[in-house]
Amino acid sequence: MFRPSKEGGVSAWLSAGEAELLRMLVTPILDMMAGDRKDQPRRSILDELEALLDTDPRPQAPTDPVLARLLPDAYRDDPESAGEFRRYTEGSLREAKKYFAQTVLDTLPENGGRVKLTADQARDWMRSLNDVRLAFGVQLEVTEEFEEQLAALDPEDPKFAAFDAYRWLAGVQESLVRALGR
Amino acid sequence: MSVAPAEVDLPRSADESVPDKPWVTIVWNDPVNLMSYVTYVFEHVFGYPRPKAEKLMLDVHHRGKAIVANGTREAMERNVEVLHGYGLWATVRQDA
Repeated sequence: MFRPSKEGGVSAWLSAGEAELLRMLVTPILDMMAGDRKDQPRRSILDELEALLDTDPRPQAPTDPVLARLLPDAYRDDPESAGEFRRYTEGSLREAKKYFAQTVLDTLPENGGRVKLTADQARDWMRSLNDVRLAFGVQLEVTEEFEEQLAALDPEDPKFAAFDAYRWLAGVQESLVRALGR
Repeated sequence: MSVAPAEVDLPRSADESVPDKPWVTIVWNDPVNLMSYVTYVFEHVFGYPRPKAEKLMLDVHHRGKAIVANGTREAMERNVEVLHGYGLWATVRQDA
């Protein structure tokens, strides 16, 4: 799939279906990372201001397991430090993950074709594809015995397509790592 | 091709006071992150040579976790922020 390019970046050829699949898989990350912590609809500027002043000094990890994996605690067994760290960094981590996803969407050829990425863009791709895989991993309860899990699954099982996409993404990511890692 | 080790300043003990118990960055095993990817992240983020990055990756994989850096609390928190950007499951702790 991805190969090193002469310019020091990487390139690959994607079919229209592959480009569409990637767009479908990466787009939800944008929404997930944009989501308000408390899932409140945005209202007037006064409400915004109130919310700002009312900021929890030590926010806890998200209760949604996928979000909790994408935005994990930086301290184990120390909720106070974990909350403090989250207060100052969660916003920028969400922005970073949105940025990586946007790089993928901006560089995907609409109807398939050649993708050419700089090394920086390739690292954005890696990180965003990894976010998608982490989300899948939580939702599908993936374990170290992934191949056995997949083999035990009936192809008619509604989860089969997701497992298949998860494995395909691993291949794309592996090729990015190899193409970039000298 | 080579990879710039940038993004994170490694702690320099010369101009930072050395605490009795240094702080450490820990990376925990998870079933999703690819071994090649984790190795790449250690090389790229910390500037570690491939053999050291691979050894740390294998420690994470086989022992469930590994200390990947040590230094000031601030430097370890910066590491964790960058590693979370890469989706690695990283935490900070004062060394026991």
